[in-house]
Amino acid sequence: MKLLYFAWLRHKIGTGEEDIPLPDGVSTVGALAHWLKTRGPGYGEALEDLSIVRFAVNQEFADLDQPVAEGDEVAIFPPVTGG
Amino acid sequence: MIRVQREDFDVGVEIAAISGRNIGAVVSFVGLVRSKDGDDPIRSMTLEHYPGMTEKKLAEIEAEAHKRWPLEDTLVIHRHGRLEPGDQIVLVITASSHRQAALDSCAFLIDWLKTSAPFWKLEERGDSEDWVKARSSDEAAAEKWSEKSK
Repeated sequence: MKLLYFAWLRHKIGTGEEDIPLPDGVSTVGALAHWLKTRGPGYGEALEDLSIVRFAVNQEFADLDQPVAEGDEVAIFPPVTGG
Repeated sequence: MIRVQREDFDVGVEIAAISGRNIGAVVSFVGLVRSKDGDDPIRSMTLEHYPGMTEKKLAEIEAEAHKRWPLEDTLVIHRHGRLEPGDQIVLVITASSHRQAALDSCAFLIDWLKTSAPFWKLEERGDSEDWVKARSSDEAAAEKWSEKSK
């Protein structure tokens, strides 16, 4: 699956994009976020408070209980501030 | 029409390019980079976006405006990259036979895109850089349009 990080999440994690196999036992956005936290201090810091983080699956906004599957594009970012 | 671009735009040229069979009102909104927000002067603002999803969400918002109001034409241009105070960030143009549809749909488009198009602003003030936080007033502005649709 393709993971994308934007704004301060990209800064904290240290990359904007990575490809990973769907982790074992992960079937939702929330489980993916929980799994990512264990990958390193940058991830842990970026995903410490999920209430200030937003998700999109295949370019649609998604909640923590949204399913994820192999091949999905999952983006993680702060609340948007355009306009 | 939706355009996401690094380049600046000319509001006059864009308004002149608006076309329709029976246009009686054209409304435009231009968002600019402020020179200060609070006490500290802003040196620059860098807009990051999610290529692909940005265009998709803007097109959805534009389609929603056409569903709600009788519009002859619409244009949304949103810039990305590094901008300085006074620079243009976003342009929304709506055209309709009557002014109320053009005025309301223009306000709707800017309110909705602020809360649902994936852009993020990084502000540079003095020696520090800070990601702009989402404002609850923007959420409230977008929310008032969803109440009207019920």
